[in-house]
Amino acid sequence: MLRVQDVVVAYGERRVLDGVSLEVSPGELVALVGPNGAGKSTLMGVMSGDVKPQRGHASVDGVDVAAWRAKDLARRRAVLTQEQRLAFGFSAVDVVRMGRAPWARTDREDEDDRVVAESMLRTDVVHLAAQPFPTLSGGEKARTSFARVLAQETELVLLDEPTAALDLRHQDQVLAEARALALGGRAVVAVVHDLSVAAAYADRMAVLHGGAVVADGVPRDVLRPDLVGEVYEHPVDVVEHGGRLLVVPHRLHTTPTPQEETPWSSAR
Amino acid sequence: MTAVLDSHPEAPALPRARTARTSGLFLALGALLVVMVLVAAGRGHLDVPPMQVLGSILHRVGLDVGPLPEHPQGDATLWNVRFPRVALAVLVGASLATAGALMQGVFGNPLAEPSVVGVSTGAAFAASVSIVFSLAFAGSWTTPLLAFAGGLVTTLLVYVMSRSDGRTEVVTLVLTGIAVNAVCSAGMALMLFLGDTAAREEIVFWQLGSLNGSRWQHVGIVLPFVVAGLVGAAVIARRLDVLALGDRAARHVGIDVERLRLVAIVLVALLTAAAVSFAGIIGFVGLVVPHLVRMVVGPGHRVLVPASALGGAVLLLAADLVARTAVESADLPIGMLTSLVGGPFFFWLLRRTRRSAGGWA
Repeated sequence: MLRVQDVVVAYGERRVLDGVSLEVSPGELVALVGPNGAGKSTLMGVMSGDVKPQRGHASVDGVDVAAWRAKDLARRRAVLTQEQRLAFGFSAVDVVRMGRAPWARTDREDEDDRVVAESMLRTDVVHLAAQPFPTLSGGEKARTSFARVLAQETELVLLDEPTAALDLRHQDQVLAEARALALGGRAVVAVVHDLSVAAAYADRMAVLHGGAVVADGVPRDVLRPDLVGEVYEHPVDVVEHGGRLLVVPHRLHTTPTPQEETPWSSAR
Repeated sequence: MTAVLDSHPEAPALPRARTARTSGLFLALGALLVVMVLVAAGRGHLDVPPMQVLGSILHRVGLDVGPLPEHPQGDATLWNVRFPRVALAVLVGASLATAGALMQGVFGNPLAEPSVVGVSTGAAFAASVSIVFSLAFAGSWTTPLLAFAGGLVTTLLVYVMSRSDGRTEVVTLVLTGIAVNAVCSAGMALMLFLGDTAAREEIVFWQLGSLNGSRWQHVGIVLPFVVAGLVGAAVIARRLDVLALGDRAARHVGIDVERLRLVAIVLVALLTAAAVSFAGIIGFVGLVVPHLVRMVVGPGHRVLVPASALGGAVLLLAADLVARTAVESADLPIGMLTSLVGGPFFFWLLRRTRRSAGGWA
């Protein structure tokens, strides 16, 4: 479905991606994780065709993303960008409808209303349908945009930080939908920051570090304390709770020495 | 996939598109346009009541109903003086408003407008060159063609200079407009200096904007420009909506952004040239009309573009009527009138945009 081969992207002297290869097959949700500046967004840009790599290429269904016609590619892959901007006060439902643009003047156009309504239901934004998009909160915008991506009905779905602005409930809801897409046979790539959440929903995790994939496998193999600790330059514990993997970073401020603690308590 | 969908309850009903408001707006604008045409054509030095204007039109098309103008010169005045002017006002108004709507869509900025960013001035400058140097390489088409070229160059220039990272900030756009306007005004000043008295008079007329002296021949030349521009605008309208998502997201849903932009810019130049060629610089129509339409029916371009064309026609007809009849036996420059109203409106819009965007972004 999606194949990234030996991709190098450099901005000036700095190599943001240095020989990255990655494959995503139909039916799997791949979580892309890594510290800030690891090159996750750039890799998403390469996969969606926004960033032209200096070397290597990304291909969808065996064809280089740069070689696809914009409309044909849009019928195969949808992208949720990190930032959601909108000029003019289109309503939320109008924005979701924009996801149907690739199917204009095809047989599938007839399903527009049903698909749009279902997408909005699945991201819990039906009650916002008539509201102007610019007046929505960050999380509501993100969910509306996710509905737009769902409405595009593509075999490949790229999600750049879909959960960044979301509360606990909607974070799980969005990733559950992403998981459902994968179960339905689509290929899904999502950049996720919370490792525990990523482990809970992803079939595979790819760890990006310093412009290279340093680990790629099922969450249980990837989430080793030594690897995570090294990549994030921060010690972590990986614990199992009710069959789920939890990554617990060592807290910087919760290891006070008794001497420091005493004056505080006595002062109170 | 189906398994997941089935786990959800029945798909909810979406809020219906505002069809009632939309058709209401089109009906109102259409009716207003007809009434304005009948009233505007009749008013003037020689007054013809609207019913007689209607009668005159019906008789011309072969329907012998309704009263004919009572005044012996009535029919001739209508067909030789009034109707060409009314027709040109309709075409110019529709062009300007549509050009504004297109430009705002392309720039993703509600403040973009041919006269604000200097496209009108660019077209007028190129046209004034043809007058001063008596160019006639394409007969009576020379002036509109040059205006089109001037409009195209300035639109491209503004577009290239004011965009960064896929969008146009208000402050950049307005400042670019100042720069472009300054250069083109300097060019027009030079043409004023070089031209003889007759050319000067014509150029000054243009700077002020006026529909005085409209003839059928002008209408005939402008018509193909306007028709091409309006049809093109209607064709790309749906895709313009998606452009509101920004360049990248628009590309992700399958829009060839660069090509769409280029087509839209050519259309803007075409429509601006049509308006400027014989009527001069008439500002702010493209700013006011699309904005009002958006307030009534929302920002969807499939409605916005045709509604703006209708609204622009109505507005310019009304403005021209005022220009002709406000002062006894004087023909006020219509560009002056529209700027008088449009200037404060622009200021208000600027304040509002600044507030909602939380700064000058």
